[in-house]
Amino acid sequence: MNANQNILVKLKDAGFKINDKWLVQGVSLQVEKGKIVTLIGPNGSGKSTTAKIALGIYKKIEGEVEKYTNKIGYVPQKISIDWTLPLRVNDFMVLTESLKNEIIDEALSLTGVIHLKDKNLGDLSGGEFQRVLLARAISKKPELLVLDEPVQGVDFTGEIALYELIKKISDELNCGILLISHDLHTVMSATDHVVCLNGHVCCSGTPMDVAKNNKYKALFGEQASQILSRYEHRHDHIHTDEGKIKKN
Amino acid sequence: MFDDFFIRALVAGIGVAFVTGPLGCFVIWRRLSYFGDTLAHSALLGVTLAFTMEFNIALSVFIISSLIALTLIQLQKRTNLPGDALLGLLAHSSLAVGLVVIGFLTFIRFDIMGLLFGDILAVTVDDLLIIWVGGAIILLILKLIWKPLFASTVNYELAEAEGLNPDRAKAIFTILMAAIIAISIKMVGLLLITGMLIIPAAMARNISSSPQRMVIYSIIGGLLSVILGLFTSLEFNTSSGPSIITAALFLFILSLFNIKQSIKLKN
Repeated sequence: MNANQNILVKLKDAGFKINDKWLVQGVSLQVEKGKIVTLIGPNGSGKSTTAKIALGIYKKIEGEVEKYTNKIGYVPQKISIDWTLPLRVNDFMVLTESLKNEIIDEALSLTGVIHLKDKNLGDLSGGEFQRVLLARAISKKPELLVLDEPVQGVDFTGEIALYELIKKISDELNCGILLISHDLHTVMSATDHVVCLNGHVCCSGTPMDVAKNNKYKALFGEQASQILSRYEHRHDHIHTDEGKIKKN
Repeated sequence: MFDDFFIRALVAGIGVAFVTGPLGCFVIWRRLSYFGDTLAHSALLGVTLAFTMEFNIALSVFIISSLIALTLIQLQKRTNLPGDALLGLLAHSSLAVGLVVIGFLTFIRFDIMGLLFGDILAVTVDDLLIIWVGGAIILLILKLIWKPLFASTVNYELAEAEGLNPDRAKAIFTILMAAIIAISIKMVGLLLITGMLIIPAAMARNISSSPQRMVIYSIIGGLLSVILGLFTSLEFNTSSGPSIITAALFLFILSLFNIKQSIKLKN
């Protein structure tokens, strides 16, 4: 069935409703190996729901989901952990897959929290916990990463570093990434495909396409549109082999 | 060697403690103590049915408790009543129905106290076999479902998203709960089984920093409770169940002091 060997997950006209209220509907998208697909949209537009449909957490859905991988790393937007469990960072890292110590250390070092390895999970700050979540998701070397606002609560410099890390992981592991983010600036620098949601797909395409789209402008305002297009202006050139810059 | 009733009780109790240790940790982590109570109360019905039909007690209790667990799941889907109300409904009605049935069985002499609170005199060599073989199977299955069950206890969506099938693990765990109640009913009695699950695990929570350690301490706590409790039971002619649970409580209280000391040391 998988005509394109690179497709990791594919949504066809997918939707999900609770008590007759649609959280999101009519979403079609696909994530391929080595590509980053970003979901943007206002609060309540169905971004997290779409991610959960793709992950198979929601089962009674409209439309179709085809998943071609089981090696998945997930960073949820909200995570409530019950502190009746004695759980250290180290225990959390091997939650869904047993990993070698070096691999755990490597992942924790990449996200800058190796010093917290033996700490109790409940004692971490929000930003620290977010870094641990990301480390856990990447440590199992997944084929598909689903990151639901992975840098929330992380300090400003950390945020940029983590986005760079995400881009690096996508390149090195050749894994596909489904990313949800509010930060238009940073996200657009790495994204291959943007899906703008507002209960349904409002528009989608390359960052440039979306920025020009009138529906996007209506949803986010003129200013947001300028952010995207301004970012794109930085790419109105290509780097030649000699290291020179050539205008398109 | 198993001729002596006390040795039999000891061997039975040790077998039970090995299984209640890890299961008890999950009962605490997943907040299932009232659920355990409900299954245990329904065990009385299982016992009476076993007597009526001259059937194996452990097997009968296991079947009835599993049925009650399934009923609960169905009721949760079909009614809008909160979970704790449904648990109370099932716990007390199955206990009541069990007692009413006993009232009809005038031709059988029933040791109700022994049933409710455990009776070390009642443990037979057959029971030992059921406890050790059944216990080994329970532990083996728990080991097999450990990863999905533990992961979904920490966070359901993570486990589901990363392909661990937490729903299946949860269903299997429910059956394991019914099984441990079935094999430990003679030792601890049906009113106190949940205590055997919870108290050693609660003690272990106070002194452990990782899930694995909590399981190990919980087993050790259970073993000590059984040994201490049974010797007390023998010495003072008290029911075995309450004696074991009292010993567990004693260990729990000790574990509280341990915390205070370690806080003092830190300062």
